Amino acid sequence: MKKGTSCIHAVELIPDGAVLMIGGFIGIGAPHRIIDELVRQGRKNLTVISNDSARPGFATGKLIEAKLIKKLIASHIGLNPVAQRQMIAGELEVELCPQGTLAERIRAGGFGLGGVLTPTGIGTIVAEKKRTIEVEGKEFLLETPLRADFALIAAHRSDYSGNLEYSLTARNFNMVMATAADKVIVEPEHIVPVGAIPPDMVATPFVCVDYIVERDGSYGR
Amino acid sequence: MDDKVIIAKRVALELKNNDLVNLGIGLPTMVQNHLPQDAEVYFQSENGIVGMAPVPGQGMEDPSLTDAGGGYVGAIPGAAIIDSCLSFGLIRGGHLDVTVLGGLEVDEEGHLANWMVPGKMVPGMGGAMDLVTGAKRVIVAMTHTAKGKPKIIRKCTLPLTSIRRVNLIVTEMAVIEPTEQGLVLRELAPHVTKEQVIAATGASLIVPDDVPEMPIAEDPLALTEAVVR
Repeated sequence: MKKGTSCIHAVELIPDGAVLMIGGFIGIGAPHRIIDELVRQGRKNLTVISNDSARPGFATGKLIEAKLIKKLIASHIGLNPVAQRQMIAGELEVELCPQGTLAERIRAGGFGLGGVLTPTGIGTIVAEKKRTIEVEGKEFLLETPLRADFALIAAHRSDYSGNLEYSLTARNFNMVMATAADKVIVEPEHIVPVGAIPPDMVATPFVCVDYIVERDGSYGR
Repeated sequence: MDDKVIIAKRVALELKNNDLVNLGIGLPTMVQNHLPQDAEVYFQSENGIVGMAPVPGQGMEDPSLTDAGGGYVGAIPGAAIIDSCLSFGLIRGGHLDVTVLGGLEVDEEGHLANWMVPGKMVPGMGGAMDLVTGAKRVIVAMTHTAKGKPKIIRKCTLPLTSIRRVNLIVTEMAVIEPTEQGLVLRELAPHVTKEQVIAATGASLIVPDDVPEMPIAEDPLALTEAVVR
């Protein structure tokens, strides 16, 4: 059994300069309350690993507007003109990574692998300064693992122990990120008794989760 | 007929029953609106769904169910939700039959560039590099020219999406198949001549003697509008 943590306290655990993984896909399935609290507390010089930069004023987009991110590792920033502007102006360092490769690098980090061999990116600028390895006559790119100090993820339901269930396409990167950080903080929509999520439906087992962010107490709305 | 509608309609004819298909954001997304009524095609979206469908009705949107562009979608009976790793496992692992993507440039080798214009527009590759590398069939759906300049050129000047040769290029003027020998002109849009296509293309084209017309149905709506006018 874990104790619920307030959003304020969860974010207080995160120091300036931390490496964060943030779940979500254009902000869908992102931990919105944790992101808002990061902005409120003004956590700076963050390295953020996330699929994308969302949209202005939404999810990771809020961290970009507040200029809290030093480096972003993502696959797509095309829906956020602010991120594009900051990158071109040299205010935001962006490492673009093919989306499937990003997912696999995170998986490698979380699954104890020394990297992944992918055909994606061979012969393109993504392959610059990376090793290629031939396996059974086919060429692959060696992509290195990614890990973070904190994974900030969202789930549909968490039980009291931290078993997680996701909702539809809000699952996306949350599931794999829950394996790849020293501390995993989950923001669930609902917190339910142990057993309410049947074992077959548990997508992330409780052993991966360190902190469950309390609901905001706005019941009956 | 609108250029994009012509392209979407022609691409729709490439999709076969039981195909698992990924449609890129923008023009490619329009393809689903032009499938025959009885087509049994399954749509995958890289944010994590197999069996994507349009939202069934107004007010039925759910903030947790979107396509890869963040737009609301629905799901067919039998749809499956997958995480990002499995989603790209399907894409790279040979489980995806067709991907339809937009393009900035395609060259004589059939190489596609569609993810950045250095110093100007850097949206990022998103899933495009994995899709072009891994899908069984890659169809580029794009307008033939941009601001009057050819998009099909001798050699891509923009960073490539993949060194895999794409399977088909569909524009509002023509259908072109990249082959080992070069770009072959396969079909002409209605009222378009070989000479017009050659003039609008910045690469060598292999032009067979007989190039059939693109088999696209007239848009019933456009006909109605024409009558009203």
